[in-house]
Amino acid sequence: MTLDALQTGEKAKITKVEGEGSMRKRLLDMGLTPGTNITLFKKAPMGDPIEIVVRGYHLTLRISDARKIFVAKESAK
Amino acid sequence: MNIALIGNQNCGKTTLFNRLTGSRQKVGNFPGVTVDVASGPLRGKKGFTIVDLPGVYSLSPYSNEEKVTRDYLFKSRPDCVINILDATNLNRNLYLTMQVLETQTPTIVALNMMDDVKANGMVIDIEKLSEYLGVVVVPISAAKNQGIEELIEHCVKVCLAKEKNTFKDRCEGPIHTAIHSISHLVETNAAKAGLPAKFSAIRIIENDAEIIEELRLAPNQVEIINHFVEDLEKALGTDRESAVVDMRYGNIEVICADVIKKYGDNKSQRRTDKIDKILTHKVFALPIFIGIMGLIFYITFGIVGKYATDGMSILMDMAGEGLKSLLVSLQVSDWLVGLVVDGIFAGISSVLSFLPTIIVLFLLLSIVEDTGYMARVAFIMDKLLRKIGLSGRSIVPMLIGFGCSVPAYMSTRTISSERDRKLTLLMVPFMSCNAKVPVYAIITMTFFQKYQALVMLFMYVLGIVVGILYALILQKTKFKGSSAPFVMELPPYRLPSGKTVIMYMWDKAKGFIVKAFTVILVASVAVWFLTNVSFTFSMVEDTGDSILAMISKWISPIFAPLGFGDWRLTTSLIAGLSAKEAVVSTLAILFNVTQAELPAALGGLMSPLQALSFLIFVSLYMPCLAAFATLRKEVKSTGYAVLAMALQTFIAYIVALVIYTFGLLVTL
Repeated sequence: MTLDALQTGEKAKITKVEGEGSMRKRLLDMGLTPGTNITLFKKAPMGDPIEIVVRGYHLTLRISDARKIFVAKESAK
Repeated sequence: MNIALIGNQNCGKTTLFNRLTGSRQKVGNFPGVTVDVASGPLRGKKGFTIVDLPGVYSLSPYSNEEKVTRDYLFKSRPDCVINILDATNLNRNLYLTMQVLETQTPTIVALNMMDDVKANGMVIDIEKLSEYLGVVVVPISAAKNQGIEELIEHCVKVCLAKEKNTFKDRCEGPIHTAIHSISHLVETNAAKAGLPAKFSAIRIIENDAEIIEELRLAPNQVEIINHFVEDLEKALGTDRESAVVDMRYGNIEVICADVIKKYGDNKSQRRTDKIDKILTHKVFALPIFIGIMGLIFYITFGIVGKYATDGMSILMDMAGEGLKSLLVSLQVSDWLVGLVVDGIFAGISSVLSFLPTIIVLFLLLSIVEDTGYMARVAFIMDKLLRKIGLSGRSIVPMLIGFGCSVPAYMSTRTISSERDRKLTLLMVPFMSCNAKVPVYAIITMTFFQKYQALVMLFMYVLGIVVGILYALILQKTKFKGSSAPFVMELPPYRLPSGKTVIMYMWDKAKGFIVKAFTVILVASVAVWFLTNVSFTFSMVEDTGDSILAMISKWISPIFAPLGFGDWRLTTSLIAGLSAKEAVVSTLAILFNVTQAELPAALGGLMSPLQALSFLIFVSLYMPCLAAFATLRKEVKSTGYAVLAMALQTFIAYIVALVIYTFGLLVTL
């Protein structure tokens, strides 16, 4: 599944970052690397963009870009 | 000695810069970009200059900010770098540090927000961090002015010793192998390009096109490198870019795990989450944003606009009168009195009349920016703005455009993407500014008494619609490509630092006076000359004999297809370039009536449809010369500004023509 499919408050681990060029590099640079834990914190009032917590800070990105980030939900404990 | 100040956005960099330099800053020009770079002397030390580089998260060559920061670091090669970090978020902030250290430039790390760290109960082992990074780490609080003296002392020491940082990354495995193999391979190329070999190797693996080009690799080298990279990708099961990013973050994780003894309770983040529950709330976010903008608008254009600007103009009028009677008593000839009082002095007072607005507006805006709310505005408004190919950041300049284009242009500085910024600059003047209201008022009062409010509203809506259409067309043509990546930090809310706010405001006001002064002064002298002198270079009694009137008579047929070919209307449009209110006052002069009698005079001249066409042209054509001067300053190109103005006037012509023709057909 991809990042945009998470529900608000859900946690997941990044498995793959697709896309290319500057956009992909920017996502990686901001710390969205495979293996990183993220939380979907909030959606903007109009539903897009979304706010996530990654590496201890809050980051916002558009749903179209979130679709390029593949995640695996943490299995329920 | 040049010291570069580098850091993420929102880490207190500008506050630190102000602490380090005091007030003697200047803004430098970097060729080809509209990003401003401030520099200033290091406080209390001779021969040291600090350059405040744009806040970035990485040194990839993508955004303009990154390019400026990176070029300065890679090419201008500062004697020393101060890398400022937000200590409450070491994890992400260290990513830039890793890249800075890779360049092997002498570096000092300034660990900012230590007051927050303490308040949160977070514990960082600074000595250990310094050991890991191989550079001096100075804990500071820029906002509270703590640790600044130590930072300055260390900085001077590092600069003079020219000691390279002794950063040893703990990279292991395949990436380590690849970096070493490639750095041996490109050693000579790197030396020729003046770059460290290991740094070059990392950048090659990262696929940094600019560095790769600079290294001028031979075809066989490229081939070997490709082999190394393929091996690397196979061994790690990932791609080359990820491999390098992973290496950096891997290092950071090791460092943080050892250096951060206790995370504590991130109070500022918790407070931020609480505030955001309201400010970015699903339902309340938009009304609150409108409320905040409304308040800023009301204070700037309502209260200040009414009292300060009016007060200023009364004061200037009095001074003008005083100057006039002084000159008359000195028996200076009439034309010279006119030139000095109505030309030069009027120009000066027109520049000064913008000042209260600019000062108050930027005082408020910099508070909004510094608290971190502006990032939320972008978050809230992004979806809407994206429909016209912009990002959320463009909303604020466009809203300010309804007050005045001059500060609206200036406020586009916070848009980091050059493309988005230029597109916003072109859209701003279509937002109907305050100065056009008197024109709307007089025309609607004369011709559309019943529907006055409706026609006024129509003018505002028309401006917005035309602006949006313009943006859409520009995107399909000149500004191809999608808007800049919108991946943005939402920083914790912080109280703005008084000094930063004041410096920002001062910078805006000074920038406007310095850059706009000449243009506005020349323009108002020119307007005075054109309205008071005839082609035989003698003073005219009747404005109807002036050069301006002659020119107007000559070009007024151009406006005949729009329904307002009368030369006096043309004259008022030209006079309106000095300030839009002047359209009304010029018409009154030309019809030889008071402004109260103007409706009667205009009523006899035009049909309502012709008046509407005139109104549409007034609302859409190029903004006043003060706005032109500001645009020219913001895009740093006279040609670009002139073209933008010409294009806008052309659009105004077309729209008025279409609506007028359509109106004629309907009423036939």
